[in-house]
Amino acid sequence: MAAPKKIVAKETAHEKGNGADSPPDFTREQELAALRDMLLIRRFEEKAGQLYGMGAIGGFCHLYIGQEAVVIGMQMALKEGDQVITGYRDHGHMLACGMEAKGVMAELTGRHGGYSKGKGGSMHMFSKEKNFFGGHGIVGAQVSLGTGLAFANRYRGNDFVSLAYFGDGASNQGQVYESFNMAELWKLPVIYIIENNRYAMGTSVTRSSAQTDFSKRGISFNIPGEQVDGMDVRAVKAAADKAVAWCRAGKGPFILEMQTYRYRGHSMSDPAKYRTREEVEKVRHDQDPIEQVRNRLLAADMSEQELKAIDAEVREIVNAAADFAQHDPEPDAAELWTDVYR
Amino acid sequence: MPIQVLMPALSPTMEKGNLSKWLKKEGEAIKSGDVIAEIETDKATMEVEATDEGTLGKILIPEGTADVAVNTPIATILADGESASDLGKPVAPAKQEKAAESAPPAAEAKSTPVPKDESPAPAAPKAAAEPDPEVPAGTEMVTMTIRDALRDAMAEEMRRDPDVFLMGEEVAEYQGAYKVSQGLLQEFGARRVIDTPITEHGFAGIGVGAAMAGLKPIVEFMTFNFAMQAMDQIINSAAKTLYMSGGQMGCSIVFRGPNGAAARVAAQHSQDYSAWYSQIPGLKVVAPFSAADYKGLLKAAIRDPNPVIFLENEMLYGHSGEVPKLDDYVIPIGKARIVRSGAHVTIISWSNGMSYALKAADELAKEGIEAEIVDLRTLRPLDTDTVVASVKKTGRAVTVEEGWQQNGVGAEVAARIMEHAFDYLDAPVARVSGKDVPMPYAANLEKLALPSVAEVVAAAKAVCYR
Repeated sequence: MAAPKKIVAKETAHEKGNGADSPPDFTREQELAALRDMLLIRRFEEKAGQLYGMGAIGGFCHLYIGQEAVVIGMQMALKEGDQVITGYRDHGHMLACGMEAKGVMAELTGRHGGYSKGKGGSMHMFSKEKNFFGGHGIVGAQVSLGTGLAFANRYRGNDFVSLAYFGDGASNQGQVYESFNMAELWKLPVIYIIENNRYAMGTSVTRSSAQTDFSKRGISFNIPGEQVDGMDVRAVKAAADKAVAWCRAGKGPFILEMQTYRYRGHSMSDPAKYRTREEVEKVRHDQDPIEQVRNRLLAADMSEQELKAIDAEVREIVNAAADFAQHDPEPDAAELWTDVYR
Repeated sequence: MPIQVLMPALSPTMEKGNLSKWLKKEGEAIKSGDVIAEIETDKATMEVEATDEGTLGKILIPEGTADVAVNTPIATILADGESASDLGKPVAPAKQEKAAESAPPAAEAKSTPVPKDESPAPAAPKAAAEPDPEVPAGTEMVTMTIRDALRDAMAEEMRRDPDVFLMGEEVAEYQGAYKVSQGLLQEFGARRVIDTPITEHGFAGIGVGAAMAGLKPIVEFMTFNFAMQAMDQIINSAAKTLYMSGGQMGCSIVFRGPNGAAARVAAQHSQDYSAWYSQIPGLKVVAPFSAADYKGLLKAAIRDPNPVIFLENEMLYGHSGEVPKLDDYVIPIGKARIVRSGAHVTIISWSNGMSYALKAADELAKEGIEAEIVDLRTLRPLDTDTVVASVKKTGRAVTVEEGWQQNGVGAEVAARIMEHAFDYLDAPVARVSGKDVPMPYAANLEKLALPSVAEVVAAAKAVCYR
């Protein structure tokens, strides 16, 4: 029997973003901002992991360590009024949107000063003020919801863009494709950011996905897509600029596959049996998004001392957040009954 | 001062674990983020990462130690500039330890001596139902079908509020699978009357997202049977977001369409979802019977800032009733209505169940039994007061529903009557319902599967001991 002919999808709309060309350089200000913002996420998540280990944080807790360049690079391309929505690994997205570390940490510890008054927890946090629409615990649900945010922009005739983040795991949910279809049909300004960190819980993309090039997942809907080095904040920013411009111009949705990696387990209780420590160490050593920026800054004559000062500033914010999150009162018992209806 | 590293917990319930492996040796340099050890329980393995920089000073718990209690010091880290000779010095209170000691749970600090786990939950707030609006004497009454009443309600609300739009399958060019949205595309255009692909899960989610952004979608399901595909977005996204966001972000949205048994379409197209949706806090559920209620309650649903499930009935679309000709006829959600007064037995129903109840009341009257008919109209919040007041008067109650009996709305009504009017009951509450089978196709079997007027009459007589 002859081998089946390989079907090659038409690739007109696809360009490789991580080719030989290195992304445009950042200015010194951009490098510093990116470094500081990524460090804030890194230190915040380390602290969250520590507080979880102490029992101060309950339930599920999914850390974003390793993926920081994705949200920071994307955020650098946005303007006020653009919306962001994501799944349950959401702490980084919230900090990137400008939500305060102490409000996020206090939500993790279930306190009154948390963004949801302690009623949402790690996976369910929102900020109307910062246009952050959650924090959703059901894998893939945020994709339809984010498409709905874009629908509202189109309905109102403004030029805001909605960012719907989801993972390689969520990419296999049916409603993702229902959303793709309507988004392209109605030319909705939504960027689908697939954070491909290689594992859906413990299932690698090669064990779960027939098409592992996620930038191609929109082909049958005519949605353009690009693969991006999600460990290089400059590459993310460059791809984001392009996708945002596409959406603002009314051309419909855009898919960005961010090739990234999470250093920690899926959640806090992770068997760590589905990948090797060497694999984790290699990514961490060769591609760490924060080290990349640090090294460029050092090469550009910034001193180790100056960089340490940034780290110290960030640690102070995170320590203050952790302190607040452990001393803020729990929600009043009367809060049990509030916010069910309005 | 040297910093202590404590045994972390993998979960809030973990009390001890095994220190399976040290990945750094004493004297080795440590950077923040380095994995220094591996711990495990019977359920999971976790890597212990350093959050401070320095040198691993001393390992206090050797690898291979089983059952190490959480928060036990397992190692000390020497900060830059410190040496092994500093190990004897007082250690810095480890952050874990410090936090554990200095963070008395706030609830305890201000609470009574009762342990917080045992303190009772505060009482639920009582939903106050508003009465129907006054219809001024001399108001012209217009006879119209329920189909037209629904269309007029949507059209009026769309004229009133530019954020209101309708989306669903065949709502625009086809003019509605059941002609409910007839003419809306012509009046409001394709921007506000939107045909969707056949993709319930997707467009329900898009509707909820648009509502989170402040629009007021009316999402039509061709029938609620198809809304099963969208259930996750309705329950997990629409109903729960206000609560999960601490009141920041709600969702003003109406999900509407025909619910319950149609005629001869068999099991997958004939199911009553009254009980399903009315179990969910965060949703309001409306299921009217009369044309005036369809109009007034749909207008209220569209204006409501919460997600509303508006259950219509295909068998009733062509039924006509009198609707007051008023500019703004809005009926508050949450109030039942006494449709017919009577002294002997209360019959409680809603939606198409009312058809059986009203006919049964006529039959019963012939035999000298005066039935009082309560049309619930809203299933969540349920108007317990009106039901209980009626039962206190009659001492007898029968519930009528097309849905299944187990965990049904009738069961809930019966429980509330027992809770609030037990001493007034002269007989156990009787339930008339759809039979406990998937809806059959054959005409004779379908008829048997649904409640009948005869069954309602029999139940009413039984509770009257006649």
